[in-house]
Amino acid sequence: MATVELKNVSFTYNKSMKNAKKALDDISFRIEGGITGLIGHTGSGKSTLVQLLNGLLKPDSGTVLIDGTDIWKEPKKIRDVRFKVGLVMQYPEHQLFADTVREDIGFGPKNMGLSKEEIKKRVEESARFAGLDPEVLDKSPFDLSGGQKRRVALSGVLAMDPEVLILDEPAAGLDPAGRREILGGIKKFSREKGTCVIIVSHSMEDMALYCDDLIVMANAKILMHRPCAEVFSEAELLSSVGLDVPQITKIARLMQKAGADIGLDVYTVDYAVDKILELERTKH
Amino acid sequence: MRSDITFGQYIEGDSLFHRFDARIKIITSILFIVTIFLAKSLTAFALIFVSITVFVIMTRIPVRMMIKAMKPLLFIIIFTALINILWFKGDTLLVQFWIISIYLEGIFNAGIIIFRIIVLIIATSVFLTYTTTPLALTDALESLLKPLKLIHVPVHEFAMMMTIALRFIPTLIDETRKIINAQTARGADFSSGGLIKRAKAMIPILIPLFVSAFRRADELAVAMECRCYTGGEGRTKMNVPKTNAKDWIFFGVIILIGAAVVLLNIFLPVYTFSI
Repeated sequence: MATVELKNVSFTYNKSMKNAKKALDDISFRIEGGITGLIGHTGSGKSTLVQLLNGLLKPDSGTVLIDGTDIWKEPKKIRDVRFKVGLVMQYPEHQLFADTVREDIGFGPKNMGLSKEEIKKRVEESARFAGLDPEVLDKSPFDLSGGQKRRVALSGVLAMDPEVLILDEPAAGLDPAGRREILGGIKKFSREKGTCVIIVSHSMEDMALYCDDLIVMANAKILMHRPCAEVFSEAELLSSVGLDVPQITKIARLMQKAGADIGLDVYTVDYAVDKILELERTKH
Repeated sequence: MRSDITFGQYIEGDSLFHRFDARIKIITSILFIVTIFLAKSLTAFALIFVSITVFVIMTRIPVRMMIKAMKPLLFIIIFTALINILWFKGDTLLVQFWIISIYLEGIFNAGIIIFRIIVLIIATSVFLTYTTTPLALTDALESLLKPLKLIHVPVHEFAMMMTIALRFIPTLIDETRKIINAQTARGADFSSGGLIKRAKAMIPILIPLFVSAFRRADELAVAMECRCYTGGEGRTKMNVPKTNAKDWIFFGVIILIGAAVVLLNIFLPVYTFSI
């Protein structure tokens, strides 16, 4: 299983300028497989962190380790790191360029130097994970709807079969069904391939549903790195850094105040239902 | 990336130059450029040197920014100087070998041309780009070109197009950076291979960039129409530009410098140049 590890990483934008801004301040963490959510207020350093992980940015100090190897040990081989660590940026549908969907999805695998058959296989497989119909593959990506374009862009990264997959707001601007399908596809991909996934999102509901662990960032530092339930039970701490808890956690808090305690670590509706039924049974 | 572009960049400030009316600044900058080319005598050049120095000090913009503005034009400056040194035929021969002959006058001429180009760049920076916001500049242009409306030139639309173009430069730079990052993340390689391979590598950047430019144009057009934009007809401005005493005094000073340069050429000629 792939591991991602940061050791004392710091990064500053516009170092030489007057308006230098520390984006990351002595960050360390370790992730081993699973789906990790990265949450934080706007400007807390999430996007910077994401770009450091696949070598788009180089840390000022500290090391980024993927599978235990420092990615900057051989700066000339940074391209190999990018094949290993797939990054889906915000609004990735704005980066489509090819004549056909097939060609666009195959851009990454082609850059990896794979054979034609292998590219074809990967394109079809990743399109399936992203929920794209096979007949879409030979259309122009510019004829598709916004949601479908997003899926094409996502498959473009999935097709590289990365060991670590990073997604910056993968479901932003999609309708609820689209969100479920995209995030569900990512979860399935992660489970089947054993990919270590990091999702950046502002939607606490999505995070609660799809993530195992959460990393909470605030003021260029890591505030918490714990399982979802533990993070969401710290509602006061989260709101102090401008973050929220899922709606269902709020309801659980209100219920506790009203005398019906189902615990504060409730963060999905299904779990809440179980807890409430359990409470019902113990009452009678 | 954005911080590298200095030439043509507004620098915030509150100097006299920042507060002059932009229309006056456009007219005086043209007058001053004419003055630079009218100067023939060394005394006239001295006057121009003194006045541009005073102007630079008045703007309170660091000299280092002025030098930075010249960097992209360094090649042109050196190139024109070399051409003048190598091809100018004068009376005093200094060096001659093979087909090259260098004359003292050629070196003098090169010096004068370098001086003119540098003063030209500094003057346009001080009068216009460094001290005038792009918006004020296009507004001023619109106001100055108003008479052309009589012959049905769409002056307002022209100014609006310029404003929009200027407004979207940083946005598109930002967009380009994002697209480059995204394609790099998919293993695109822009820095190896021959010319054709490199040109081909630009396709994944250029196509999304064009698509996004058109998308933004479309969105902007819709947004403008939603706010009932119908072009220049009957449109008034929130900030109506007004000239006052300080603008006209400055205008007078520039006219005086021009007149003084012409008079110095005639009455105090010290080493007069023919170019």
